[in-house]
Amino acid sequence: MARGIKDKVAIIGMGCSKFGERWDAGTPLLMREAFDEALHDAGVERGMIEAAWFGSCFDAVNVGNSAIPASTALRLDGIPVTRVENMCATGTEALRAAAYAVASGAVDIALAIGAEKLKDTGYGGLPQPYKGTFNDMWLPINSAPAGFAQLADGYRARHGIARDDLKQAIAHVSWKSHQNGVLSPKAHLRKPVSMETILNAPMIADPLGLYDCCGVSDGAAAAIVTTPEIARSLGKTDLVTIKAIQLSISSGVESTMSGWDGSYVPNTRNAARRAYAEAGIDDPRAQLDLVEVHDCFSITELVTMEDLGLSADGEAVRDVLDGFYDREGGGVPCQVDGGLKCFGHPIGASGLRMAYEVYTQLLGRAGARQLATPSMGLTHNLGGVPYQGIAAVSILGLS
Amino acid sequence: MSDFGILSTGAYIPRLRIDRAIIAAAHRWMAPGLVGAAKGSRAFRSWDEDAITMAVEAARDCLRGTNRELLGALHVASTNFPYADLQNSAVVADALRLPRDVRSADLSGSQRCGTSALLQAFRVGEPALVVASDAPVGKPGSARELGYGAGAAAFAIGEGASATRLLGSASRTVGFVDHFRAAGERYDYFWEERWVRDEGYLKIVPEAIAAALADAGLQAADIGVFVMPSLLKGAAAAVARAAGVSAALASDLDDGCGYAGAAHAPLMLAHALERASPGDRLMLVGFGQGVDVLVLEAGANARPAGQRGVSGALANGLATDSYLRMLSFYDGINVEWGMRSERSSKTALSEQHRSAAQNAGFVAGSCPACGTVQFPRLEYCVNPECGAPADGFEDVPLADAPARLLTHTSDWLSYHPAPPLHVGFVQFDNGARLIMEVVDVGPEGIEPGVPLDMVLRIKERDRPRGYNRYFWKSAPAAA
Repeated sequence: MARGIKDKVAIIGMGCSKFGERWDAGTPLLMREAFDEALHDAGVERGMIEAAWFGSCFDAVNVGNSAIPASTALRLDGIPVTRVENMCATGTEALRAAAYAVASGAVDIALAIGAEKLKDTGYGGLPQPYKGTFNDMWLPINSAPAGFAQLADGYRARHGIARDDLKQAIAHVSWKSHQNGVLSPKAHLRKPVSMETILNAPMIADPLGLYDCCGVSDGAAAAIVTTPEIARSLGKTDLVTIKAIQLSISSGVESTMSGWDGSYVPNTRNAARRAYAEAGIDDPRAQLDLVEVHDCFSITELVTMEDLGLSADGEAVRDVLDGFYDREGGGVPCQVDGGLKCFGHPIGASGLRMAYEVYTQLLGRAGARQLATPSMGLTHNLGGVPYQGIAAVSILGLS
Repeated sequence: MSDFGILSTGAYIPRLRIDRAIIAAAHRWMAPGLVGAAKGSRAFRSWDEDAITMAVEAARDCLRGTNRELLGALHVASTNFPYADLQNSAVVADALRLPRDVRSADLSGSQRCGTSALLQAFRVGEPALVVASDAPVGKPGSARELGYGAGAAAFAIGEGASATRLLGSASRTVGFVDHFRAAGERYDYFWEERWVRDEGYLKIVPEAIAAALADAGLQAADIGVFVMPSLLKGAAAAVARAAGVSAALASDLDDGCGYAGAAHAPLMLAHALERASPGDRLMLVGFGQGVDVLVLEAGANARPAGQRGVSGALANGLATDSYLRMLSFYDGINVEWGMRSERSSKTALSEQHRSAAQNAGFVAGSCPACGTVQFPRLEYCVNPECGAPADGFEDVPLADAPARLLTHTSDWLSYHPAPPLHVGFVQFDNGARLIMEVVDVGPEGIEPGVPLDMVLRIKERDRPRGYNRYFWKSAPAAA
């Protein structure tokens, strides 16, 4: 049994650009905003970084493939820089690679940076991905919301939930994130929205309306990691360490075999189970102080609450409507920074943006949205679609 | 006793229908006279249907329960094939999973090509599948646009008990130009209808009818049903009268279908055979640069249970209410589809060929080690308990396998030529599962659990290169 990386890696600096429709900024500037903040926070020089991982997803509207654009933008001369891409879990993949490099002893200080420039497409929503010559022969070309919207049919059938009750619950998911976005200065969407507006918005992919879908944004986020020993030698006292990073990827079981009922995301359950084991968590509902989950769509966040073991199966609707995941609901605050819904979703940056919020909350720097005394937080990414995708779960805590 | 003839028939008419009054109303500003002719409804093909997909659906209806290995030849006739140089019948053969040694050929170039294909199969005397499939395009605002329809009919021909036999035939070839359409043009050019009737139909058809009767050794009075399509109202009755044939006129399928080009005579014949009694004699007339006349004697092959036939296809319509939708499906209007429609749909022909064994005929694989039925078939079994190499997988065709909808959504965000894109997980009773497009969904929508039929459709049209990518979609099962 592998021992995992719990407490072997400390995050000593993080940065995050302003997210949003950054008509003013290309990807290099977005990366610079995140990189400068992370360097300043860590108190290290660029030359002390020994390796870097750059995450970006859509190369057609960003900076192209390979790590050369990142190395060039940040002037990381002569060190190993690697591009990673794993759809919406890309940012977490960059962090995982940097953390593994440090944990293995291969390098002392590593950088993870993710950036995405989605607003150079000329239209709203995500660019349409290419699925490869074989899959293009038979796979329908549906949008991302169409992939996730079907969770509603599966969830309703499994738990006997009325259509309107589920619609009300997922509307509350978005309503809560809009409330949180107001208090989040770097967020893309910072206006509260009424339940009526959410419920009556134009349909995107039934039952998901416009406000059930997250923002499509430009942005970048970065983390600088090292060992706890080096962190202390650099004068760091309050240390945020990585308790776990786990991934699970579909192999075709959900989409090809007849067992899965469409009501949950098996990958999230797999990744969470392993992450909790790595971090030593046995009661996430009691032990986690905040969670940043992949609320690409409201229905995703709802089923994720059950997949992460925060709500019992079939109970997420009630927990959501009871405000258990609201910032001041007395439960486990979810998306305190606004989440993908309102902070925004520049694909390659999102995993690191989530870590940025947990890190900021753990260090007590979250300003108006600061939670009381959090000591353990979780981030969750979903790439692809529920039935053919990638789930990443990270746990960060004060050591 | 065994005879050579038609052993079974099949038919397809697109489910989409529109009242002709809706079309006429759209053109009232420039052609107020159309309203008078706007009676009943016509069928129109969806954006993802063409002569190939309709031919496949008619052929599947015809071949239900028959042994495809016995077919020696496949002939597909149309005047609106999607390809000028790519054998359309080969695409049909692959979708039908016909044996590799079948002789295939396209027939085109005339409204008579459907009957010519049928007559040729009778004359050759070998087991064959004959399909006529057409969706003529009427110019917006024309009477043709009102009168035209779409559909396909298929005939399995060979030796068998109670076959519908050919008693006699006659053909005439006359370079009579009632209308024409140059290669690459969209619309037909027509001459005056009264001249076509008087100098065309009435001068060319009666002499061929007399010759066909003589060939069959019959008198005009022996004919029970007269099957002759024509866009000209009353032309069939006038020809029958001039030829001394007093038989009942077969239905022209004007309401619910409309004139389906080269497929129309075969469709009318299939419809008449569904209603015929064994021993009834039918006369089939196909007109176009001459004429083919076939005299047939019905066998006991009226529509068997489970077959859709023309009657079933007519009854299975889906009423639509927008003329502009039909116009868009026929490329008559280029609306704003947004930047998402700019996505490249280029097909890697080499990949298409590599994966044709599973994609063209919709064939899943069954793992010999664990029995899991799976589509697509990749290099290893999908079952995590198994993971065996896929080398020995057994073919499991899915096109006619029972299936239901597991989950579904209507996607308004993706580019789709008939928004919204209905997409959902299709669960087959045999265990296979995949995400598929759902077509022919009515305004009432669909719910999980509904039974689904599989249909061959155009998955994507690569417009810059003029190439269609075909694949299977699901549709709510016919009631």
